[in-house]
Amino acid sequence: MSQPFYVSPEQLMKDRADFARKGIARGRSVVVLGYDGGLVFATENPSRALHKISEIYDRIAFAAVGKYNEFENLRVAGVRYADLRGYSYDRADVTARGLANAYAQTLGAVFTTESKPLEVEIAVTEVGVSQDGDQIYRLAYDGSVTDEPGHVVMGGDAERLGRLVADAWRPGLSLPEAVRLAVTVLGTAEDGTVRAIDPAALEAAVLDRTRTRRAFRRLDAEALAELLATDDEDDDQGDDGSAGTETDAGADAGDDSGPAS
Amino acid sequence: MSIDRGDRLPPAFTTPGSASFTEFLASYAPELLPGRRHEGLVAPDAGTAGAHATTIVALTYADGVIMAGDRRATMGTTIAHRQIEKVFPADDFSAIGIAGTAGLAVELVRLFQLELEHFEKIEGSRLSLEGKANRLATMVRSNLGLAIQGLAAVPLFGGYDLQRRIGRIFSYDVVGGRYEEQDHHSVGSGSVFARGSLKKLWSHGLDADRAIEVALHALVDAADEDAATAGPDAIRGIYPIVAKVSAAGYEQVTTAELARHTEAIAAQRAARPERGGAS
Repeated sequence: MSQPFYVSPEQLMKDRADFARKGIARGRSVVVLGYDGGLVFATENPSRALHKISEIYDRIAFAAVGKYNEFENLRVAGVRYADLRGYSYDRADVTARGLANAYAQTLGAVFTTESKPLEVEIAVTEVGVSQDGDQIYRLAYDGSVTDEPGHVVMGGDAERLGRLVADAWRPGLSLPEAVRLAVTVLGTAEDGTVRAIDPAALEAAVLDRTRTRRAFRRLDAEALAELLATDDEDDDQGDDGSAGTETDAGADAGDDSGPAS
Repeated sequence: MSIDRGDRLPPAFTTPGSASFTEFLASYAPELLPGRRHEGLVAPDAGTAGAHATTIVALTYADGVIMAGDRRATMGTTIAHRQIEKVFPADDFSAIGIAGTAGLAVELVRLFQLELEHFEKIEGSRLSLEGKANRLATMVRSNLGLAIQGLAAVPLFGGYDLQRRIGRIFSYDVVGGRYEEQDHHSVGSGSVFARGSLKKLWSHGLDADRAIEVALHALVDAADEDAATAGPDAIRGIYPIVAKVSAAGYEQVTTAELARHTEAIAAQRAARPERGGAS
C-alpha cells in the first residue's frame, strides 16, 4: 500500500482558495451600488434567460459571479429558504442577514468538507426604508461574509473596478447617475479607457424601495438606454477628476443605441 | 426547522428540479401543509366548529374579470366576523375568492399566492392562466380528507389570460374538479340567489363600471335571501371586496367607488314599486 503524500492543512486550504479564486476571476464583474431610491445591479451578460441578478423576496435580491450551475443552485435554495420562512412566520421576518448566514454556513461547509469548493461569490442585498437601512452582504467562496457599505464589485477584475466605484460613489446618487456609474465602471479597461457597452448586452435590475411589496424590478435595454442618456449636465457635480469623464463616456454609450427621452 | 439553528442549508433546499413551493413543503416540512396538519383530529360535526365564509361572485366584462365577495363569516347561526376578506389577488393577473371553512380557505389562498410567486421567482416567468388553475385544483384535491369530514373550502378563480387576451373564470369542487365557467359564476351559500341575479343582469361586453354594479346587485340579492351573506353596510362603511383584473393587472375597487354604487343601487331599488325586490 502506498501512503498518500503529506499535505499541510495550510497548503490544502490555500490550494482550494486559489482554485476557487481563479474560477471566479474568469467571469465578468457584477456591480452593486446604492442610490437614493434603493440599490442598482449591473453586469455584462448577453443572455436574457441565464440571470446573474435575481429576486429572492420582497426586499431582498441576489447577485452572483462564478459558475452558473453552482450559484443557480444557491439562488433556488435562497428562494426556498425565504419563502418557507415567510410562510411559517411572516413576510416581515425574512431578512437578508438570516439568508446571508445560511449561505455562509453552506459555502463554509462545502469549502472545508467537500472535494471541491464552490467557485462562486455572491451578494445578498436588502433595501430598507432609507438609504441608511440598505444592506449589502458579500459572501466569498469560503463562507466569509463582509458587510459592504453602499457598494460592491464582484468577479472579474473586482479589486480594480471596486476602487473605481469607491472613488466615484457617494450616498444619494440618483438612479441615472448610479446606472451610469455602474456601466462606466464595467466598461473601464486597465489603462483607463472606457468602452461603450450596448444596453442590450447588459443585465441590470433595481431594488426600488418606493415599490409597495416586491421591490425587485429588471431594467430592460430600452429603460437602460433611457437612463444612460438622461441629464448629462448633472454628471460633473458630485464626481471628481477621472470619474467625471468616465460618467460622460457612459452617457455616450447610451446615445449610440437608444434615443434620449 | 433546522435552518434556524445556523446550519448549512439542508439538501432539500439545494435539490434541483421542482419550481413548486407545495412540493418542496411536502418533502421538507409536510406538517406545514394545511391538508396534512389536522388529519385525524376532526370531529364528525366539525363543519360548524369554525367560521364559515359565504358568497363570491365572478363575471367577465369587456376588459377582463370582476370578482366580488361579501364580508360576513358565520359560525352556526352567529355572525363570526363582519369584515372578513374573501377575495384576494393570486398574483398580478388573477384573483381568488373563497367559500367554506374560513381558516382553511385563507390558508389555502396564502399557499396558492406563494406557489405562484415561488414559480415566478424560480423559473423567471409566469405560469399560464390554465397552469395556475390546474395548480389550484391539485391544492384543493389535497384537502379532500378534511372536506369529507365537513371542513370544505372551495375557491373561485378568475384571471386575465395574457395569451388569449380575455378574462376567464374557473370553479372547483371539493374533490379538486376544475370547471371553466362561461360569462359568470358564483360559489358559497348565497350562490343560488346570486346566480339568478347574474343571469338576468349580465350581458356581453359590459364596461367595468356596469360590471361592478352587476356584481354588487348579485351580492345584494344573495344577502336578501341568504342569512349567511351580508349586503353592503353603509352605516359601518363595510363594503364587499371587489377586484378588477384586466390587462393592466389586479386592482381592488376603492371604497369611495363602492359607496357610490351602493347608494345608486339602494336609490334604484327604493324607487321601484316592488319594495326592493329584483331590479
